[in-house]
Amino acid sequence: MGKYLLRRVLQMIPVVIGTTLLIYALVFALPGDPVKAMFGDKPVNEAVAAQIRSEYNLDKPFIVQYLLFLKNALTLDFGKTFSGQQVIDVIGRAFPVTIKLALMAFVFEAIFGVIFGIISGLKKGKWYDTVILIVSLLLISVPTFVTGFVMQFVFGVKWHILPVTAGTNPGFLDLLMPAMVLGSVSMAYIIRLTRSEIASNMNEDYVRTARAKGMTNNAVTMRHILRNSMIPVVTYLGTDIGALMGGAMISERIFNIQGVGNTLYQGILRGEGTLVVSIVTILVLIFVICNLVVDLLYAVLDPRIRYA
Amino acid sequence: MSEQMKPEQEGNISRDASSGAAEDFVITPFPGQERFVAPLDETPLKEVDTVDEDEPATSMWADAWRTLRKNPLFIISGLLIIFILVVAIFPQLFTKLDPNYCTLESSLNPGSSGHPLGFDQQGCDIYSRVIYGTRTSVSVGILTTLIATLFGGVIGAVAGYYGRWVDALLSRITDIFFAIPLLLGAIVVLQMFRTSSSIWKVVLVLALFGWVSVARITRGSVMETKNLEFNTASTALGSSPMRNLFRHVVPNSLAPVIVIATTSLGAYIVSEATLSFLGIGLPSTVVSWGGDISTAQVLLRVHPEVLFYPSLALAITVLAFIMMGDAVKDALDPKSRTA
Repeated sequence: MGKYLLRRVLQMIPVVIGTTLLIYALVFALPGDPVKAMFGDKPVNEAVAAQIRSEYNLDKPFIVQYLLFLKNALTLDFGKTFSGQQVIDVIGRAFPVTIKLALMAFVFEAIFGVIFGIISGLKKGKWYDTVILIVSLLLISVPTFVTGFVMQFVFGVKWHILPVTAGTNPGFLDLLMPAMVLGSVSMAYIIRLTRSEIASNMNEDYVRTARAKGMTNNAVTMRHILRNSMIPVVTYLGTDIGALMGGAMISERIFNIQGVGNTLYQGILRGEGTLVVSIVTILVLIFVICNLVVDLLYAVLDPRIRYA
Repeated sequence: MSEQMKPEQEGNISRDASSGAAEDFVITPFPGQERFVAPLDETPLKEVDTVDEDEPATSMWADAWRTLRKNPLFIISGLLIIFILVVAIFPQLFTKLDPNYCTLESSLNPGSSGHPLGFDQQGCDIYSRVIYGTRTSVSVGILTTLIATLFGGVIGAVAGYYGRWVDALLSRITDIFFAIPLLLGAIVVLQMFRTSSSIWKVVLVLALFGWVSVARITRGSVMETKNLEFNTASTALGSSPMRNLFRHVVPNSLAPVIVIATTSLGAYIVSEATLSFLGIGLPSTVVSWGGDISTAQVLLRVHPEVLFYPSLALAITVLAFIMMGDAVKDALDPKSRTA
């Protein structure tokens, strides 16, 4: 296990370097001169422009810029945004909000996805199974932003149950609706996954054996069917944490939450390369670490899998 | 691998020198081992191995097709998809109106004769825009799926089949792209091509980040298939690795790839709409559901119907493709079938 862990961590390094290089290349290949853009309508003062270029390392060749970025990133020094703020401060403000949002979405999708999935899978063919299945299909087919608008309109504007927008420093209630919107599609996928896993495990030989031994129905369900069905669900949930952080952009834009997604989106629009690369690097790191944890969890959950 | 490549080590197969006929093989067992093959005249081959040649051959595909035909999910989604394709190819059959003919004086007018769904803020006919938007969404979905599946399929097949350093290299490249969420990567890249205005840029960008999942699944499927007996047998008969890959491994690993391709088609359509919603997908000159939903969002509180119709069309289309994916999965993956 220790050896496996070490190998996986070592394998992570080229992936993180490759991904950041790819993103860095994409961002800094953006057309347009960001320094010129900073001057707006005013004529460009060449001396000032040159000073800004050297301050942001924009005058150096691409690969040198990238290596400098990597070196500084290791010490959490991500440089400054064009408005002079430290990138790390901007990230420090945005991340807690998004982490809160993503965790709420995660809890929401995990609880409701698994519960509805189990109900639906165990009682296949009943009317409520059909209802759950149709609702989950609808949640997948309707884009998140439409779900978001409709919920915002119905619960926020019409019925005044929940706040319409979150604004700065959002609390639990402010984030409730955005979190539900963010987690809705994943919840639908978890329902479908749980349902199909239960359905296929019910036909397994070990379930038949357990029943033949005279085990009660409840014991068979709890110990054999559910336990085996949860392995892929846990995997999905694990990889979803990272995906939720990255996917928060839509929800944050609809409900005006000043989180990572919104900051990143504005950064891209303004051509703030440093900010974009820094945020994406952190998101990628979170995503890669989540995947690693899930792989390790596999061995704990499923004794059949043992790592060499 | 190397052990499987040399089946002749298992027993000595040599040509019978005395008979001279090419078909005659004599199996000499290992020294000291008893002879285990009965002489041919004791059990005539024909009586043991009779094959009913009149019965139609059942391949996995024929079997899957038989299951599919009986599945109501497949029939409903199939009919829906055919209808959607007809609308996408011949929009003029369904409306005589030009989706880009907009007069401000009819802005937000309710439905009237000839304009069943009314007008949007710019005074364009909503029905006609919904009909013409079909082509955009469907072509983005189909083209992206084709490119992502072909590219991801080839990468995954090569990685899974050749193994070793080829696999290590291709898998790391796959990991790099896998670590970037589809939407995030698409936004960064699309920002670069803001000026270009065709659906191809959206297609290529979605495919650029979409091929990864296909590659991973193909790789796993190929690795499973390449160790099966028929492949070893083919190698023993002298087939080249390339021939093996295309004749035996690829056809037998296709099922999971087809399943993910069908399912992700709907997801690509949603992604296109989301990008257009963020304002960096398709240009506003292209009639698309995502773009129309995006422009209608400001009207949600006063005229929700303007937002409703393109959303409905989008949802029905995605639903049809997802249901089709479910049906195909049921047919190709016997394990997920329930008795």
